[in-house]
Amino acid sequence: MTTITSAPVREVAPPVGRRAIPRKVQAFTFDDRLSLFGSLASSFALVTIGYDHLLDTSGIVGFLVCWYFVFLLVYAGVLSMSNTRALVVERLVTATLYAVAALVVFALGSAVLYTFFQGWHAFVHFGFFTHDMSGVSPTAPLSQGGILQAIAGTVIEVAIAVGVSLPLGIGTAIYMSEVGGRWSRLVQTVVEAMTALPEILAGLFVYVTLIVDVGLPKSGLAASIAMSVTMVPIIARASEVALRIVPRGLREASSALGASHWKTVRKVVLPSARSGLATATILATARGIGETAIVLITSGASSFLTFNPIGNPMNSLPLFIYTAYTTHEPVAIARAFGAASVLLLMVLVLFVATRFLSREKGVAR
Amino acid sequence: MTTATDEALIQSTADGQIMSGWSERAPSPRGGARLEAIEVSAWFGQTQVLDDVSLSMPPATVTALIGPSGCGKSTFLRILNRMHESVPGAQLAGEVRLNGEDIYAPGQRVTRARKRIGMVFQKPNPFPAMSIADNVTSGLALTNIRISRGDRRGLVEDCLNRAGLWREVKDRLGAPGSVLSGGQQQRLCIARALAVEPEVLLMDEPCSALDPTSTRRIEETIAELSSQVTIVIVTHNMQQAHRVSQQAALFLADERAPGGIVECGPTEQLFSNPVDPRTADYVDGRFG
Amino acid sequence: MTIVGNGSPQGVQITPRLPRRLTPGREPSDWIFHGLATTVGLSVLAVTGAIGLFLGYQSIPTLRHYGWHFFTQSNWLPELNQIGIAAVLVGTAEVALIAMFVSFPLALMFALFITDYAPPRIKSWLVSAVDLMAAVPSIIYGLWGFFLLQPHAIDVARWLSQYLGWLPIFHVDTDPNAAVWQQSSYTGSAFIAGLAVSMMAIPLACAVMRAVFDQAPLGEREAAMALGGTRFGVARTVVLPFAKGGIIGGTMLALGRALGETAAVLIIISPEYLIKARILEAGTQTISALIAANFGDATTSQLSALLTAGFVLFLITLTVNTCAAVVIRRSRSGASTDI
Ligand SMILES: Nc1ncnc2c1ncn2[C@@H]1O[C@H](COP(=O)(O)OP(=O)(O)O)[C@@H](O)[C@H]1O
Ligand SMILES: [Mg+2]
Repeated sequence: MTTITSAPVREVAPPVGRRAIPRKVQAFTFDDRLSLFGSLASSFALVTIGYDHLLDTSGIVGFLVCWYFVFLLVYAGVLSMSNTRALVVERLVTATLYAVAALVVFALGSAVLYTFFQGWHAFVHFGFFTHDMSGVSPTAPLSQGGILQAIAGTVIEVAIAVGVSLPLGIGTAIYMSEVGGRWSRLVQTVVEAMTALPEILAGLFVYVTLIVDVGLPKSGLAASIAMSVTMVPIIARASEVALRIVPRGLREASSALGASHWKTVRKVVLPSARSGLATATILATARGIGETAIVLITSGASSFLTFNPIGNPMNSLPLFIYTAYTTHEPVAIARAFGAASVLLLMVLVLFVATRFLSREKGVAR
Repeated sequence: MTTATDEALIQSTADGQIMSGWSERAPSPRGGARLEAIEVSAWFGQTQVLDDVSLSMPPATVTALIGPSGCGKSTFLRILNRMHESVPGAQLAGEVRLNGEDIYAPGQRVTRARKRIGMVFQKPNPFPAMSIADNVTSGLALTNIRISRGDRRGLVEDCLNRAGLWREVKDRLGAPGSVLSGGQQQRLCIARALAVEPEVLLMDEPCSALDPTSTRRIEETIAELSSQVTIVIVTHNMQQAHRVSQQAALFLADERAPGGIVECGPTEQLFSNPVDPRTADYVDGRFG
Repeated sequence: MTIVGNGSPQGVQITPRLPRRLTPGREPSDWIFHGLATTVGLSVLAVTGAIGLFLGYQSIPTLRHYGWHFFTQSNWLPELNQIGIAAVLVGTAEVALIAMFVSFPLALMFALFITDYAPPRIKSWLVSAVDLMAAVPSIIYGLWGFFLLQPHAIDVARWLSQYLGWLPIFHVDTDPNAAVWQQSSYTGSAFIAGLAVSMMAIPLACAVMRAVFDQAPLGEREAAMALGGTRFGVARTVVLPFAKGGIIGGTMLALGRALGETAAVLIIISPEYLIKARILEAGTQTISALIAANFGDATTSQLSALLTAGFVLFLITLTVNTCAAVVIRRSRSGASTDI
């Protein structure tokens, strides 16, 4: 309930008579449009006729590539009839850039949509989300078994990894950017170097030290530790960047009020960097969720649901996808795509969360 | 997060019940404290930027520091509340006495000195992650001073009133500080500095980023505050120095030599009847 | 007062004044805070540093045992005591370079499109698309590359080998003109793996380039425009020269990622330990795929060999990343860019 009546908004009286309408500047003229669509159409016609005859090949990719190049030629020809050279170049570059943008967006869209499309076969079975694969053969129909164990495994492993690497990563970032000291340059250098560590090597490291040398079983915990090895440097570095862009003036204002350093960091610096820190964390989490190489090496694959990350193997979505894929059985591959869709959904949820957080920042600024 | 309390705050104040709790808090000695700089020198790394500056800033007085850019006014001001030492490599000599007590003496907490000697910066810098009301009381939150909710409401209104901002923001105390205009933000920063009850208020070119109307409002604010706290203000604007201050000090630095005070005294005298010829030149705009 | 030379006032008596020693006067809470933060920072330093040292240390026995042969031998046949990374190094480089060959122009043009050409309405959507592209797990690009891309990509591969087969890299050991062509000769190649990896390289490079393009000073842009430059003219004379460092740095960063990529490569390639330039032909191997494929039934000494291979990969990615960081930091545009 609010008791404030908002200040009366004064209506601006519409001007009598002629109303000012914003002019369109830099509009694409009719002529421009005609040459663009004309070139598109004529090149399409040319390629349709000539494609099979001229080039002895087939396939939609080749067709599109040919169409595009013919289009550029035609368009250049049409434009140069009535435009300066600079403008022709400008238009051709624009056409190229639009094509590149369309290609990249199409590639991304096709990867996302294709995964969901193929995952649909598995998605229609409710049991797919509520059952595990214990006692179910990989070739059993989709109505049997499910990926619950992989979902649970991914959630548990990533939760542990985030739980470990978030405080360490942000703590290291605070050390590097706020506290400083004799070693901070070295920490910075090493952390930066470790962001280059290939994930497979982090997995192999944990495998060799903990599983082979110490003799621990393959487990979700081992995977979490390896994930942390890759996530701590990522979080630390991204958080350091987020902390560093907090304006110096805010820190000064806070200490000029008599705040201790800790209070300044806690109440001013961290809240101001909140969205950057959240983004760093979420991106690292998304990275951890999709980390295949690590779980492949360290976690072992259980077919049954387990919540215990320590004593036994633990499945996870990327691992499930990979093992199902290697069977080359159509049913297993359908399951793999089902799992891939769940994986993608998780990433998408995190991604939307990131967008949401960074939007909030936009308003506050 | 804070909107609930802020709404309640707005509600109660809109009803006209001004909280009595705040005024019962022991007020600091009205008129502020005497601040004395004694033979202050300052270095950044190996470069000395201030040499042997002594200045007394009496209570209930506005002291204006004037002089060309780079002569060490900001450095001097930052020495007065121990902000100087937060710059890596910065060093100083001399003493700064607050009511006779050296704030740099061993055993003095740096946070205590800064709390007693508030500062307003050239560029308005409200905390972006806090609402307007939270910005005002941020000094308390930052220095571990607990305050009851009722007192807090009164304090917010009191400080915003003293900074001349209350009427403009009383309907949107829950909004982030960044929605305000530059001049309003600067007055919010003044209110924020006042909330911890400082005995001295330092202002480093507080109006240089503002338009003439906002500048005017801040000058009025300074005039009203001058009876309550000791104010030291750095300004490049001679008229402003003339309007707001009772005493003034001219800083000058020769090329590559450390800066220092050339002349100080009552503003009226410094402007109309300067002793040093360089002061006359500077005041008349002949150099700097 | 006269000032002579570089700054030392002569002839002027300045009483020597010395800075006084200050006690920091720190709050007790700050002692705790600094102590804790330092502990965290130094323990992360210790752990991550130890990992790097451990990997280096583990490589010693392998290098001692195989010597230079480790780098010249192309087979990975532990049973025959033939272990070397010559072929997988070449394979790793091929996959990564193909990925860069595809992704560099796309990332560059996409970034330029976002900053300078896209209608404002869709700009933020495109930025999101790039971020999303970076967040999609690599195994999904692997599935996409294998099931959706490969059937089309082999058409392109065949076309290339038909017309450009006289170039060694486009040669495929089969008759491309046969009426029923041998599709399996074209699948699982470095080319297709590189295409899938480029999906991971594009967003990385594009994000850095976009950030740098956005920083091209407005004043210079407007100056170029005021001289009558078209958008492309502005891009060519102001934006691209300004962003040179960011372009190089972003590309190298993406290269570092492409070199270490595992899952997508593992799904697509057919493993083969051969040093060969024929990128369109089935069969290749990379270091990370080698590790993933062989760690399971490896003995201790083989594990050490795998670790050594991984360490070599790490050294390469580390070098590439460090160069990227240096290039970006050195450049005019990168001073304030964070990668
Ligand atoms: N953080 C710093 N590091 C090194 N030198 C500085 C720093 N801040 C100021 N200086 C130098 O100290 C001198 C005085 O600066 P300042 O006090 O900011 O002057 P003013 O505020 O009077 O314009 C200048 O020569 C300036 O270059
Ligand atoms: Mg200054």
